[in-house]
Parts: sequence; C-alpha cells; structure tokens
Amino acid sequence: MGNSTSNTLAFVDDFDATRPGLPGADLSWLKDIREAGIERFSDLGLPTPKLEDWKYTRLRPLEDTVYQPITEEDGMAVIDHVPSLLPDPGGRPRLVFVNGRMRPSFWIVGDLPDGVHLEYLRDVLMHTPEWAEAHIGRLHGDAEGQSLVALNTAMMDSGFVLRVDAGVKVEQPLEVVFIGGLTDHPVAYFPRNLIVLGEGAEATVVKHYVGMGVGAYFANTVTEIDIGEGARLNHYKVQAETLDATHLSTTHVHVAKDATYEYFNLSIGGRLSRNEVSVRLEGEGAHAGLNGAYLMRGSEHCDNTTMIEHLAPHTTCREIFKGVLDDQSRAVFQGRIIVRKEAQGTDGHQLCKTLLLSTGAEIDVKPELEIYADDVKCSHGATTGQIDETALFYLRSRGIPEALARNLLVQSFLGEALDEISNEEVRLAFTDKVLHWLPAACFLSEEWRDV
Amino acid sequence: MLEIKNLHVSVDGAEILKGIDLSIDPGEMHAIMGPNGSGKSTLSHVIAGRDGYEITGGRIIFQGEDLTGMEPEERAAKGIFLAFQYPVEIPGVANTTFLKEAVNAIHRFKGEDELDAMQFVKIMRAKTKELGISDDMLKRAVNVGFSGGEKKRNEILQMAVLNPTLAILDETDSGLDIDALKIVAEGVNKLRAPDRSMLIITHYQRLLDYIVPDKVHVLAHGRIQRTGGKELALELEENGYAEFDEAVA
Repeated sequence: MGNSTSNTLAFVDDFDATRPGLPGADLSWLKDIREAGIERFSDLGLPTPKLEDWKYTRLRPLEDTVYQPITEEDGMAVIDHVPSLLPDPGGRPRLVFVNGRMRPSFWIVGDLPDGVHLEYLRDVLMHTPEWAEAHIGRLHGDAEGQSLVALNTAMMDSGFVLRVDAGVKVEQPLEVVFIGGLTDHPVAYFPRNLIVLGEGAEATVVKHYVGMGVGAYFANTVTEIDIGEGARLNHYKVQAETLDATHLSTTHVHVAKDATYEYFNLSIGGRLSRNEVSVRLEGEGAHAGLNGAYLMRGSEHCDNTTMIEHLAPHTTCREIFKGVLDDQSRAVFQGRIIVRKEAQGTDGHQLCKTLLLSTGAEIDVKPELEIYADDVKCSHGATTGQIDETALFYLRSRGIPEALARNLLVQSFLGEALDEISNEEVRLAFTDKVLHWLPAACFLSEEWRDV
Repeated sequence: MLEIKNLHVSVDGAEILKGIDLSIDPGEMHAIMGPNGSGKSTLSHVIAGRDGYEITGGRIIFQGEDLTGMEPEERAAKGIFLAFQYPVEIPGVANTTFLKEAVNAIHRFKGEDELDAMQFVKIMRAKTKELGISDDMLKRAVNVGFSGGEKKRNEILQMAVLNPTLAILDETDSGLDIDALKIVAEGVNKLRAPDRSMLIITHYQRLLDYIVPDKVHVLAHGRIQRTGGKELALELEENGYAEFDEAVA
C-alpha cells in the first residue's frame, strides 16, 4: 500500500459497508468500476508532495481529520433557503445537493427546451443505465490512475448529468448547488458530474459549491465533459466552502472541432482547495478559455492546476488567473500547455497575476510549455505584487478613505479576469461574490458594474 | 489660507526640503519653479499627505489647522487637491463611479448628506459642460487609454467636481503639446476663484504664458531661493537655473 493514512484506510475499510447504499448498486458494470476504483485508491494512497503535480499542496486535512461517509441523515440537514448564486431563481432550472444527497424538494425543473436534459446522476443510473455506462469513466490519459479520481469512482454518491442534443441551444444558465456542512462530525461526499453537448449545442452551467454553517467536510468531485463539433459550453464554478472544508475537484474536458469550452472558477472559501482542469483540444479550430480568480485569507490554501493539450491544427487557448491573498493564505497555480506535433498554428496565452495583501501570504506559480510543433504562438506570464502605493495615494488624495481605496484597487485588479466571463448575468453574480468577500466598506456593486 | 513654516522633509534619511517658508492668501495663485531634483514634487506630495516622507521640522498650516500627521483623505475633505504629474490608471473603475465615491466620501466626512444619483449627474453635467469635456470620458475607466492631454483634463475635471480650497498642480504641463497645454490652462483659469488658492509646480515657464501667477518662487536645493512677481518666470526662461547652482556653491 502506497501512502496510507488513517483516512485512506477508513475509506477503504468502510467501502463494503457503504457500497450497498450508493446509487446504481444493482448495476454490475458499475460494481466493477467501483471495485477497481477502490483497489486503485488503496494501492496509490492519497497524493503526496512527492508527486511532481502535488509539490506545493499537501493534503493535511485528510491526514489530521477522519471523515465518515455521509448518511441519509446528513443529507437531510435542515436548510431554510438555498444559496442560489443567480438572483431570483424563479423558474430557472436548478438542482440542489446537501452533503452529497439530492434534495428533490429544492429542485426546479424549469422551462428547458426540448433536447436539454438536466438530471440527477442517480436517476440516470436508474432510468438510462446504458447511457451512463457509455459515458462514465471516459477520462483521458492516465486519469483513472489518479487516486482521487479512483476514490471518486469507487464512492460516487451524487452529481448531475447534463445532456444537450445536437443543435439545441439553451441560453439561461443552469444552476447546480452543492451545499456542504451542517453536520456534527466530519463527512465526505463524492459528486460525479457528466456534461455532454451534441454537435452545435450550447449551454451555460453554473456550479455553486457552498458551505453553510460550520463543520469540516471533504468534497471530492469529478466532472467529465464532452463538447461536440461546433458546440459551446460555458462552465462556471464558485467554490465558497467553509473554513474547515476540503474541496478537491478534477475536471476532464474533450473539445471537438470548432467547439469552445469557457471555464471560470472563483475560489473564495475552503481550508484546502484544489481545482484541477485538464482539457484536450481534439479537433481543428477548438478553443479553450480557462480563467479564474482566487481570494484567500486566514490560513486557507488554494490550488489551481490546469493542463491544456493541443492535439489538432489551429487550436487556441487563453488563460487568465488572478489571485488576492491576505493573512497567511497560500495559493498555487500550475499551468501546463502541451502542443503536440500535429497541432500546427496553435495560439496559446497564459497569464497568472497575484496580489499579496500581507507579507505572510504566499503564491507558488509553475507555468509549463511543452511544444512539439514548429508553427506555434505561445506565451505565458506571471507577476506577483502588492497594492500600488501610488494608486492608493491617488484615490486617497481624492478623499476616498484608505479601506475603500484598497477594496477598489483589489476590484480593479480582478476585473481583467472577471471580464473573461462572457455570460453577463454570471459575471455580475461573480462580481457580487467578490465584493462580499472584501472587508467591510464595500464599494457599491451596481456602480462598479457600469464599466 | 496656506502657511508653511520652516519645513524640513527627509526621504529615506536624505533631507530633500531644508527649511521652506511659503504663505498663500485666499484667491492667490503661486508658482513654484525649479530645476529637476530641487524638491518641487516632494513639496506637493507632502502637502497632500503622501506616505514615505518624514517631516523632521516645521509645520504646514492650512486654514489655521496643522496638516502634518493628517491622512490624505482627511486633507482632501478639508479642501486640498493635488493634480498629479502622472495621473494613475485604474482599470475596471469608471470615472463617474470614482468621482461619485470621492464626492460622497468627502460629504460623509463633513457630516453632510450623500448625493443621490440624480444630484450627482446634474453636477457632472454642469462641470463637463463648463470645461468642454465629453461624457464619453466619464464612462471610461479612470485614465485607462487616455492620451496625455486627456489625463490632465481629467485631473482638472476632478478638481472642478471636488471644489477644493487649495489646488496644487504638480507639473501639469509635462508631456503636453501646445494645444493640450492651452486647453488645460483654460480649465485652470476657469476654476480660479476668490476663495480658491492655487499652487502651480513647474519646471518650464511656458505654462505661465497661459496661467498668470501672482507670485513666483524659485525652489532649488530644498530651499526657496528667490520670490518675485510673474516677471521672475521670464527671467528664469532667459537665464535658466544656473545662478541658483552657484548660489549654493
């Protein structure tokens, strides 16, 4: 056994007891991949800083806290409102999970066009298991070998499935809310999400991972995305977990010819978080925009790891990540761009900028370009700095109090990343989240939106 | 209005201002001229309250109050305005938003009601019209993508909206061609008022062709070396600052 900790053992030991309660217990193919997953996980153990990709992120919360698999009771924790990210959910389609248990009473089916199917994974396993079998675990490369993915495969207990048929476009953002916390003991939950867009389809998905109340929990999520020819997916995520939570997310995306994948991740809460996104640009003209902002304080740790692989000619990517770190917080950005020999005419740009608000905060940035083609435009840049004292003086000399001036400069700094969110409604909602993260004396958001 | 008495200022232990005395009455316009490195910008920043300067002696009295130790925002609320030599770009924040926050912060400081959107728009319309500035400039992010002339006009607009008692213009002419210089000077002249004093900091005389000061001071080596009327500027144009080098040597 690789790197066993009490937790590794707890997950593995509990597996036999947990399995009958997991979705699709009667499906033999699922039983097989779950078993393979738990075996793989017990072999590998949790990732450690000895692995190159985990050099800067140590999973300490998984070493010092013992998490229990969730029970039906944990999932039924009383909540008085659903923290929807988008204003006025009204009839907007929405799925809600609490501690990894679906809560149909908060489900809004909404008015979806024909050909758009937003469902719970559990329901898909029940009603169209053959579709699920064909789409779960299609991760590329050696992803199945990653221990966290293997653990998710073994334990997947929740998650959603979005299917959009060829040529169908759905404009309104579809929201999925994952609520964690509200338990009196540490729990772990394992969402598995699948998004499949047919040729020429378009959709916008907003995932809101949010902690309520207090409590330690561990969310280990895996999302598999397949974007068909000429299709477009806007995939937005807010990770606003509790201060005791650990959030580990792995996303794998396949982008076909002339298709677009737009991703934005806003990390604003969690003791330890890692959002790992891996994109394959498989067809000519495929594009990926991977962007994000991370705002951390206290002793929070946030890791964004991205990998974009150009496999076809004239594929393009653009990455902008911006971070604001206060107190003793720590962030990691690892961005790898691989351009295969056949991907001539690739255009790739990556930028990571971090603003340190305190001398105790720390960022580790690791950009990596691996280029095997010769006709390629690729660039990357990284900067780390403090609040510009001249800009601060400029604002204060106009009468703006120091605290407000600092907030304003942080907002100004993050604007370049937030601007990458092409859906306006989502951009405004994310901007509000940023404003609420800032210390009191907030700038008026409606005003700031004018720009 | 403004009285500076025997002001000594150091930066990182090096003394930059070595005993400045300066007195400006209400409605007066003074010009401070001097060679590079004479301490002109230091003086303007110290009056506005920028961090990083150590006042080792003397006082700055503004309307009977000692400014030393006061935060920059407090000085702004009390009526001091500094037009920057290099106005700062603030991406993602609209000019109007910035100005509204500034105006309302000053109102709050004075214990006055904040302006609502309508009142603010009304003031902005009046000021832009008065100065011949397009609305477009208001919607754009603060100074982002502005030409040198636009940046300086934006400073003048901010001055008009914040309505200060003492306006300090730090090298306002730098980086401007003659047309832009004229437009900016025109704006400054429009804002002259009996209850508003101005302090113009400049290296060159040419700005003073368009803005006529009541008094001209020559600052060199951290001290005011000479004070005179507007004709002193012309004399400097002719002879340069060489004589003040010798004065010290």
